[in-house]
Amino acid sequence: MKQMKNIILTLTGVFCVLLSYGQNAKATKGTFALTNATIVTVTSDTIKNGTLIIADGKIADLGKVSVPAGAKTIDCKGLFVFPGMIESGARLGLVEVGSDPRTRDYNEVGDVIPQMQALTAVNPNSVLIPVTRVSGVTTSLAVPTGGLFSGTAALINLHGYTPDQMYAGFEGVVLNFPITGKRGRWDRRSEEEIKKDAEKALEKLNDVWGKAEAYSKIDSAIVAGKAASKLDYYPEMETLAPVVRGEKTLLIEVNAANDIKAAIEWVKDKDLKVVFTGVSEGWRLAEELAEAEIPVVTGPVLDIPNRGYDKYDRSYSNAGIMHKAGVTVAIRTNDAENVRNLPYNAGFAATYGLGKEEALKAITIIPAKLFGVDDQLGSLEKGKSATLFITDGDPFEPKTQVKYVFINGWNIPMESRQTKLYEEFLDRSPGLKK
Amino acid sequence: MRLTNTIYKLSLIFLFACVCSISKAQEKGDVLIKNGTVLTITKGTLENTDVLIRDGKISKIGKGLKAPSGAREIDATGKYVMPGIIDAHSHIALSSINEATSPVTAEVWTGDALDPLDVSIYRALAGGVTISHALHGSANAIGGQSETIKHRYGTLDMDGLRMEGAPRTIKFALGENPTRVHGERSGIVPKTRMGVEAVFRSSFSEAKQYMEKWDTYNSAKGKKDFKGSAPEYNLRLETLADILRGNIVVHCHSYRADEIYMLMQVFKDFGIKKLVFQHVNEGFKVAPELAEFGAMASVFADWWDYKFEVYYSTAYNAAILTKNGVVTSINSDSGELIRHLYHEAAKTQKYGGLSDEEALKLITINPAKQLGIEDRVGSLEEGKDGDVAIFSAHPLSIYTVPLYTIVDGVVEFDRENDPADMRLYPDPEETIDVTLHEREDEDRCMDINDANYLLTDK
Repeated sequence: MKQMKNIILTLTGVFCVLLSYGQNAKATKGTFALTNATIVTVTSDTIKNGTLIIADGKIADLGKVSVPAGAKTIDCKGLFVFPGMIESGARLGLVEVGSDPRTRDYNEVGDVIPQMQALTAVNPNSVLIPVTRVSGVTTSLAVPTGGLFSGTAALINLHGYTPDQMYAGFEGVVLNFPITGKRGRWDRRSEEEIKKDAEKALEKLNDVWGKAEAYSKIDSAIVAGKAASKLDYYPEMETLAPVVRGEKTLLIEVNAANDIKAAIEWVKDKDLKVVFTGVSEGWRLAEELAEAEIPVVTGPVLDIPNRGYDKYDRSYSNAGIMHKAGVTVAIRTNDAENVRNLPYNAGFAATYGLGKEEALKAITIIPAKLFGVDDQLGSLEKGKSATLFITDGDPFEPKTQVKYVFINGWNIPMESRQTKLYEEFLDRSPGLKK
Repeated sequence: MRLTNTIYKLSLIFLFACVCSISKAQEKGDVLIKNGTVLTITKGTLENTDVLIRDGKISKIGKGLKAPSGAREIDATGKYVMPGIIDAHSHIALSSINEATSPVTAEVWTGDALDPLDVSIYRALAGGVTISHALHGSANAIGGQSETIKHRYGTLDMDGLRMEGAPRTIKFALGENPTRVHGERSGIVPKTRMGVEAVFRSSFSEAKQYMEKWDTYNSAKGKKDFKGSAPEYNLRLETLADILRGNIVVHCHSYRADEIYMLMQVFKDFGIKKLVFQHVNEGFKVAPELAEFGAMASVFADWWDYKFEVYYSTAYNAAILTKNGVVTSINSDSGELIRHLYHEAAKTQKYGGLSDEEALKLITINPAKQLGIEDRVGSLEEGKDGDVAIFSAHPLSIYTVPLYTIVDGVVEFDRENDPADMRLYPDPEETIDVTLHEREDEDRCMDINDANYLLTDK
């Protein structure tokens, strides 16, 4: 009897070792029923003590519904279900180790290179991805940087083995609006040089834009059969043409007040689908942004103010001030390895004027709408993608634990290299003595 | 035209003189904080309790205390009162940080480069931080000595920032930074982690010889018929000798477990005991060894992956260290993070489930221990310095807002009466459009292509 017990114990031990040293856990798919849950839908009322059914990657039903036969039931008593958080601008997937240029794939050579595709450079097996998604961030915009037109950003879901499996249905061209001020504290250019550079940059932008408009016209004419000739190969123009026609979103990175003003002026007479990003001094021009009806993606919230003389909490209160003026505001971290801090960026914005509800929207339904994927993401509604996370409390509070994550209906393993290191080293064996 | 210019300049000088005259170096104040939830850190949580600060010190903690005449009274009903937050790793209030010219620069001291005009001091106060450790950078295996400062914002005098009586500290550094700066860039030792160890061993061996020469000289010089002269005075070796004597706390920039282990072996061989590891991202891998040595750890809550030597990090580091009995703190190393260390500490509840008390210790009494000032600050106890932070909600909640920060009984930050522009020395020629486009923590700490001072840390 005792021997039997020993054998069982040993076997259990071996099994545990195999589990912890074996391959990474895989995501699983199937029909799931999340029962007894508080379901925070974001777009309509919160459902208390409800059930959410996941089937075929979608939210099959939610509310006071019965559990279908064969569904795996997850008892969510005391737990909360939220739509997956959406990071609206980061380098996640495009870089592995920040300081190592060989692992940085977000900044290509060239000034006008909108044809560079972030999606193809995304590394689905990046160690950073599991670290991020176990915190409830399920979706992230991979953004190229540098130059005037840096490339094409792509929205990815943080699960999949190829970029195509990860693609979440949105691409946008990135424009860094010409900067009229200093670039940072190390910028040693004189006033005059700065002014000249800014004028040159704006000239260049207008020049490129003019060409893109011309290209688009000719291209449209050819497509409509009104012109016979074929266009030469201009990949950058080919990428810009749908932007010029207002079919594809233009993400304009702009931060300083004067530049925001100039950017509002620049888009005014153009019929574009446009989102301003960064917008760290949006609070200075909140009314103007609202009047121009330009939505923004702002962040990081956890940042110092742009100027030495600004009130200390400007970066915390920026989102709230813009929202109150009537601007549509989404929040980003602009990070890579710590995109997992998205709920805390939203949380600080919530505390300093945006409010809890709006802050949650700023990382769920608002970016989903800005990126045109709100038929799939951003809220818990019947028929939408089952991309969600389950917590034991307020997602903005640091002590809250994320219990489950689902991406497109896949039940994501709640592990990353960081959790594995924790398990291995919390109670190290051997300890001090071998 | 010239006349207006002169008037303008004169008025600037006058303004400057005015500000100087109200300079509040070493000022001590009287404050009565009424009816708050008092998080003492060392003696539990006291509900509806008053804290009285007289002449810059906590004179009484209790109920129904009366304000002495002239004392400022703050109603803390429904609010949380905790000791001023302490940052064991910062570079704010410094006009230069890295003497990156030699693998050993023990003779320099950041206390010679304090910048009381740095607005970052006020921003830190607005996050409840009353004390920071103004550390030398991490370019050298043996860097410079550092200064512990109190955030007495408003003083124009460097001396006004110093925390008088705080123990001497010095910065060491392991790994990529010293090997990159000296080995890779200048082709001198250290280029590898072997070289870093060799720098320590040769430096301390030299310092021992130096001490012996002086000991021989000092014991012989009084004797009759003594001939000979004193050994040559060397400030670098004097400083190293003071480390050997146990007079200076070593704060060592470190990441990997192997190099952390190495330094403990070197220190054991030279009999050095006062050791705090900074960053120490892989400290969790040698937590039992750290605990046994008695070395302390000052870590980031979740920073990782910005360079290869922190690729194998985990945000659970602070929790693993704490649970293994290592005195651990959460630091900022950044003018941004220092503004919300209470939030950084709270992350240890997500990553490793630390209790409220354990989490709060990471930013109060533990960093105080690491700086050797725990008998004066880091908890709310009668007799300790009147350094207090008052929050609108529990400081570990995301919804909390720092409301008041008090240093030596002087209210240095008051959110309700916070003027927008808190610079002490506005530059009339500043370009209005200045804007920072990179986050400070990305640029400041990592760029080596520019001036040496960029190489602060991380």
